[in-house]
Amino acid sequence: MNTILQQVINGVSIGSVYALIAVGYSLVYSVLKFSNFAHAGVLMVGSYLGFFALTLLNVPFWVALFLAIVGAGILGIVNERLAYRPIRIRDAPLLYLMISSLGASIFLENFIIVTIGPTFRTYPDVFPIAPFRVGDLSIGRLDIIIFVIAAISMALLTWIIYGTQMGNAIRATSYNMRVASLMGINPDLVVAIVFFLAGASGGLGGVLFGIKYTVWPGMGILTLKAFIAAVVGGLGSLPGAVLGAMVLGVTETFAAAFVSSAFRDLFSYALMIIIILVRPGGLMGTVTGDKA
Amino acid sequence: MSQYYVGILILICINLLAVLGLSLMTGFTGLFNFGQAGFLSVGAYTAAILTTQYEVPFIPALFAGMIVSVIASFFIGYPTLRLKGDYFAIATLGFSEVVRLLVENLEKITGGSRGIPRIQTYTSLPFALGASAIALWLVANYVRSRHGRSCVAIREDELAAESIGIDSFRYKQIVFAINAALAGLSGGLLAHYVGFIQPSMFSIIKSTELIVMVIFGGMHSLTGADFSAIVLTSLPELLRTAQAWRLVAYGVLVVLIMVARPEGLMGSWELTPANVKALFTKKREE
Repeated sequence: MNTILQQVINGVSIGSVYALIAVGYSLVYSVLKFSNFAHAGVLMVGSYLGFFALTLLNVPFWVALFLAIVGAGILGIVNERLAYRPIRIRDAPLLYLMISSLGASIFLENFIIVTIGPTFRTYPDVFPIAPFRVGDLSIGRLDIIIFVIAAISMALLTWIIYGTQMGNAIRATSYNMRVASLMGINPDLVVAIVFFLAGASGGLGGVLFGIKYTVWPGMGILTLKAFIAAVVGGLGSLPGAVLGAMVLGVTETFAAAFVSSAFRDLFSYALMIIIILVRPGGLMGTVTGDKA
Repeated sequence: MSQYYVGILILICINLLAVLGLSLMTGFTGLFNFGQAGFLSVGAYTAAILTTQYEVPFIPALFAGMIVSVIASFFIGYPTLRLKGDYFAIATLGFSEVVRLLVENLEKITGGSRGIPRIQTYTSLPFALGASAIALWLVANYVRSRHGRSCVAIREDELAAESIGIDSFRYKQIVFAINAALAGLSGGLLAHYVGFIQPSMFSIIKSTELIVMVIFGGMHSLTGADFSAIVLTSLPELLRTAQAWRLVAYGVLVVLIMVARPEGLMGSWELTPANVKALFTKKREE
């Protein structure tokens, strides 16, 4: 029983990191309707920013976190300006946006490999490692801290999107960009803010993942988990992305603990395929069709 | 001709096979396949295991690799090709990761991350040239057939295509199967050219390189795909020193092409006798 409870806590902790990344991906998907592969590069750069802020600048953890979040957010905006906006204003096929994002992702990953190096780096110990003990249950301190940080940021993001004027504009734009712009919403501004929020949550996810595991240029492959989480929860749905990420995190930790850690990821993909077959709209989404 | 240049020519033919399939999918049908390396890997491992462990002759082993690859394409295509949205692109990306995971962990069959050594190098230049010429001829005819026209219609407007009676799901699956067969063949030839295979040969970098070849030449042109397979295979071989920056440049190149000239180098221009003739007569008139 205790092992099961521990695995649930582990799963929720890694799930909350996936959720942060998946929310960033889903935000962009809900507004621009394409899979932003460059999210991988942005979260990786965010993770590196946090790492170098801690090791080279020796700033406190919260400052490093702030730098990583803002840096990744700004990178998100720059990425959109250079790689997507020219395509977007031409009304070109969505395929072009996806391909361009792939290019941006290749660039970011390999630029880091060439300039900083391909090696794995470990974050310094920012938190005491000793686990909490509740009865005879031991809970990783890091898992709890990661979960709390992720939960707070998610709550903040939810408030921005559902509780502010700006959030209204974002949701209106995701519903229909052209009509929203007729209502006096500046679509370019909304898109820029969406990319900032997406980059920031991705960067935060990257830092938390880096603390729990390691930082390396190819860590963007992590976004694959975010894609899966988004598909499981329902493409383009934010609550769906969070739910999907939690389900994915728990599935993975259970698979690793009780079946085989080498085949952990197989279970993630199997989960995705099952969801697509049984409930293609995802747990919380709806199946969308074309409108003439 | 020295052995070195023969090698480059064989690699061009091998890459061309994979690029042709991808061009058919991404360029002509508008399906983004981000996991081409997975299909290469399936073809390469199937063929190599058959020739090294079961002493199956080369050509039947190649066919077996193609068939297994096609079967894999149905497993991915069936659940995802019906759906709108990016399910397909995500599933192909996931597929190549699943293949990598299986290859790395099923050590008894695939040799794990050390791979399969001592594969007979059956792939000769005439064989590779012949295979890619036949594939090019078949794909060029496919594009100009009723099937190919339907694919272009699906790319341009799926809803409109369906409303005039094109079964888009079926055509997408056919194109995906053709692509898988070509990629499987490419992988099998690669294994029997290099002489050994490892999971790292079929990483995301390989998928990326193939996609870049399709986009660089011109997504809607087979001539463009041929041209960029030739240029982008031989250039890195000749410029070994700039290797590290090559992928950085590829990334920038992809973004630049999408931003400035999404139709790529050739656009939809094809190298046919009629088009060449038209090119020259126009020049004379000017």
